Amino acid sequence: MGDTTQKGQTRRGFLRAGVAAGGALAAGAVGARAAAPDPLITEIQPWAQGFGEGVDATPYGMPIHFEGEVVRRNVPWLTADPISSINFTPIHALDGTITPQGCAFERHHSGAIELSKDDYRLMINGMVARPLVFSYAELERFPRESRVHFCECAANTGMEWAGAQLNGAQFTHGMIHNMEYVGVPLKTLLIEAGADLSAGWVFVEGADASSNGRSIPMEKALDDVLVAFKANGEALRMEHGYPVRLVVPGWEGNMWVKWLRRIEVRNTAVESREETSKYTDTMADGSARKWTWVMDAKSVITSPSPQAPISHGPGPLVITGLAWSGRGRIARVDVTVDGGRNWRTARLAPHDGDKALHRFYLEHDWDGAEMLLQSRAVDSTGYVQPTKNELRAVRGLNSVYHNNCIQTWWVKPTGEAENVEIS
Amino acid sequence: MSKFHEILTGAALAAALAAPAFADPAQAGPLGLGRPALPEEIAAWDLDVSPNGDGLPEGSGDVATGEELFSDNCASCHGEFGEGSGNWPKLAGGMDTLDNDDPLKTVGSYWPHLSTAFDYVRRSMPFGGAQVLTDDEVYAIVAYILYNNDLVEDDFVLSKENFLEVTLPNAEGFFVDDRDAAELPLFVREPCMENCKATVEITAHASVVDVTPDE
Repeated sequence: MGDTTQKGQTRRGFLRAGVAAGGALAAGAVGARAAAPDPLITEIQPWAQGFGEGVDATPYGMPIHFEGEVVRRNVPWLTADPISSINFTPIHALDGTITPQGCAFERHHSGAIELSKDDYRLMINGMVARPLVFSYAELERFPRESRVHFCECAANTGMEWAGAQLNGAQFTHGMIHNMEYVGVPLKTLLIEAGADLSAGWVFVEGADASSNGRSIPMEKALDDVLVAFKANGEALRMEHGYPVRLVVPGWEGNMWVKWLRRIEVRNTAVESREETSKYTDTMADGSARKWTWVMDAKSVITSPSPQAPISHGPGPLVITGLAWSGRGRIARVDVTVDGGRNWRTARLAPHDGDKALHRFYLEHDWDGAEMLLQSRAVDSTGYVQPTKNELRAVRGLNSVYHNNCIQTWWVKPTGEAENVEIS
Repeated sequence: MSKFHEILTGAALAAALAAPAFADPAQAGPLGLGRPALPEEIAAWDLDVSPNGDGLPEGSGDVATGEELFSDNCASCHGEFGEGSGNWPKLAGGMDTLDNDDPLKTVGSYWPHLSTAFDYVRRSMPFGGAQVLTDDEVYAIVAYILYNNDLVEDDFVLSKENFLEVTLPNAEGFFVDDRDAAELPLFVREPCMENCKATVEITAHASVVDVTPDE
């Protein structure tokens, strides 16, 4: 990305913007008298005089080009090839809770495939009275549900186990998105096929070459899993499994099989590649946890953060971030500015949010001194987000997955922020 | 006009048939949607192989054949001996490294079930050319992966019949998620709000590691 875009949006740009901020600081308190009339106000601007674009200039609109930095980014050294890789949601630049599909992170194991609704088939087989094949159109004839849920990759924050590595909330916490889904409960389709609901498992797989097969306990399948075809009001994007994906609320994103093509009712887990060699958590003694499905309660401050530095001097500052729990709702988020010596309870934006992202705000009067910023989520089960050292004490450094530790941003007097660890 | 009348009648009939289901959106029974899956269709898609051997096809393959197939189909990413290449997965080696600082997780050192290797190779490999291999070829490649992990001799032949005789070294290395017992008692607690610690020091900096991509 170039450094010629909006001031303050890139780190290079920030250094220049810092000079301007320093000037404003020297001028005195917030609301000081302007030295000269602002030409943006006193001179008639072109947009106030001529025409803007007519309707239909963009039949499907993209964000205005000023927002061109708000995009998914990847970390090239993480994986061998972008075909089997991941990128990150720009959570540092978003607000509210719904993630726009166009910048919601992608994780592919064999690339994002192009599968039309006409070519789509969904099979249910195994321990069922009636093995069935559904077309896409038939799925839309079942009673639907609409629900908002977060989808978090189990590897989110996984690069941070051994130390502070990546400098930005997008990179440390951006393997997450949160959408409003519409779909058919998996339970409905299981009943349609006359599935043996006392069977232990369903195995689900996608139509792409990786298949990404995963075994899901029947209890979860009957509880809240959705076979979804719409997100945020429109069709799923190709990169998120168009035309049909699985939504497995509160559980690791790898189970949210995209391009869902087959559901097999079984008595045992398949123990596929994705549930043995990957998505298992290696402990310090070399043993490994398997079937670690639920995502523990977690939160992160999205602004200020390394990619979203403070661009103004002392005074009113909005500290904001996201919190979520795979076990239910977020009851509370606390924020510290002094590295965890003292905490204040943040304001949660009103929101039901079962297994969904919550947005928190803390209005802070910044004195311009350095801060060690952290947030700490408490969920509806009473689980309190642990520190990284507390997690390490249980799991060691090699777990890779399920790192839900408290994140620290060191905010300097310049307003710049860095990913650090603290005692 | 008569055609229009027929359509109306048909729609009314369908609505009447469906009425019990619509009365209870939570759905008590089937709606009669979908069509029967044919045996040929199930056979084409239901390829999964389980640790108990369920799903294994007839066939066999030897290490020498596997070596040739591996060189042609797999080595560009995984190396000639499964040792890996760049960031691509390593398939061999890493024995007794799982408790090291940087464990090497391969089919030999980490994977619990041989069925997983067969299932994955048959279903999804080679990368970019899934399902081009015959079942015999998959047996041969899996035999070669075992050989590279020093788990079989060079004259070994893997088949449906002897598949379950192979036990991978880390078969007993996994345990079911115990967070409810091991972690919830630690982390379900009353959080401290004031004077929670005396001092705070920065102990690590991401800027020192310096691996963040340039924007």
